[in-house]
Amino acid sequence: MQTVVMIGAGQASLACAAKLRSKGFDGEIIIIGDEPNLPYQRPPLSKAYLLGKVENERLLLRPQAWYEKEKIELLTSNKVERIDRSNKNIELSDGRLQKYDALVIATGSAARNLPLSMTRSISGIHTIRDLADIERLRPELDVAKNMVVIGGGYIGLEMAAVAKGLGLEVNVIEVAPNILGRVASKETADYILKLHQDQGVQFHVGEQIKELTGEEKIQSVVLENGKEIRADIVVAGIGAMPRVELAEQADLEIANGILVNELGQTSDSDIYAIGDCACYRLQNGDIRLESVGNAIDTGELVACNILGETVSYEPKPWFWSDQFDMKLQIAGRISTQDCVTVRDVEGEGRSHWYHRDGQLVAVDALNAPRAYLIGRKMVLNGLSPTGEQLANRQKSLKEIFESL
Amino acid sequence: MTIITFVQPSGSKATVEVTEGLSLMEAALHNGVEGILAECNGAAACATCHVVLPKEVYDRLDAPEDHEEDMLDFTTADRQPCSRLSCQVSISEDMNGMVVHIPGE
Repeated sequence: MQTVVMIGAGQASLACAAKLRSKGFDGEIIIIGDEPNLPYQRPPLSKAYLLGKVENERLLLRPQAWYEKEKIELLTSNKVERIDRSNKNIELSDGRLQKYDALVIATGSAARNLPLSMTRSISGIHTIRDLADIERLRPELDVAKNMVVIGGGYIGLEMAAVAKGLGLEVNVIEVAPNILGRVASKETADYILKLHQDQGVQFHVGEQIKELTGEEKIQSVVLENGKEIRADIVVAGIGAMPRVELAEQADLEIANGILVNELGQTSDSDIYAIGDCACYRLQNGDIRLESVGNAIDTGELVACNILGETVSYEPKPWFWSDQFDMKLQIAGRISTQDCVTVRDVEGEGRSHWYHRDGQLVAVDALNAPRAYLIGRKMVLNGLSPTGEQLANRQKSLKEIFESL
Repeated sequence: MTIITFVQPSGSKATVEVTEGLSLMEAALHNGVEGILAECNGAAACATCHVVLPKEVYDRLDAPEDHEEDMLDFTTADRQPCSRLSCQVSISEDMNGMVVHIPGE
């Protein structure tokens, strides 16, 4: 193994490169990114960074000097044009051909856009994914009075909270009957809905959009029910798509993302995929997670396997979101059929616990860090208190944990 | 610049030079110090950047906020009297020469 090349310069590639070095790999590591910046954290973009609470420099995952010290070659503002599997090289946008022994695809996911027939060429319509998106949004946010958020998912709700905090009128439109429909339980979604409503965010749930109005600049969003909502800015948070184009062109197998086995290998065993773009095929089904935790886990896993180990992927889903003064932390993965236990104890915060076939599978902690950490330990270790035990307000979570 | 030494559970040491104002977590990450995972990059959401400070430094700092306080009770390695989440500790000049311990699991 001489040369490991990574396509995509985000959290996953960084974790993979750092792990390769910490395991003593002394070959070449080349990370290629299409953005101009050093690798940075995405989660704060829709949270603290947008509010100006995090300076640009602190968004970086590592300073420039780290790459030099670790001898990691970082090619920014550089796009990969194609992967040539038979010659084991890739072609970059500047014409350079780069050989690889192992190739890691970490192209992430891209924000889904509203249909062009709806947006036409109106300005003031945004998606949130990259630093550049934020730089475009921020000056508009400074002068705007009315924001319409399309999509009641995490990104949309975080944006709504930020905008409301800045004093804007905020309307959220969700086509499904509930916000967070695919990613949270009804209990959690209702709690978050109320949090936003208490702060004055308006919701239009179960509503379709008829059209966006405006000549050059966005003016309003019109719903199918005839209601017209003023908008100086529209933010669309309607999901993300794994970026699979390069893999597809190279005839690698694609499922809901670039298909990999439990070791992180694509249908070409010298090519791996990690992070948001990778769909792991495990015994009990396919799994593709979009989160920082998963980017780190899969990046480190693949580093080990490139070096000849055979470490299998075990998803350890966890996630967090900041909205107003609430920190939501989730461990595990819910499905809509799970049985929910609500625990709300003074001084401990509120938490929602999920059982499937009698086994604890996930916890949502709403300003309840203990519940998150204890729940995470339980879920990862297969410990499973009953719903009844968890609903007992006389016992602290620590006592419940210790009784298992 | 402030000089800080991180000590691993195994006893191995890494001495690093860092800029004031960064968090102790950033100082560790920027210098490739093992054992500070910082999965949430400083949002106090993951409790994977647990360190133990020298008592005199711990006492000088503001007490942890409630959220951190609660997280510390359930870190992977057991909490010690001077435990902190390193993402919540800002480096200042008076920490020069400080020795920080990374607790084992």
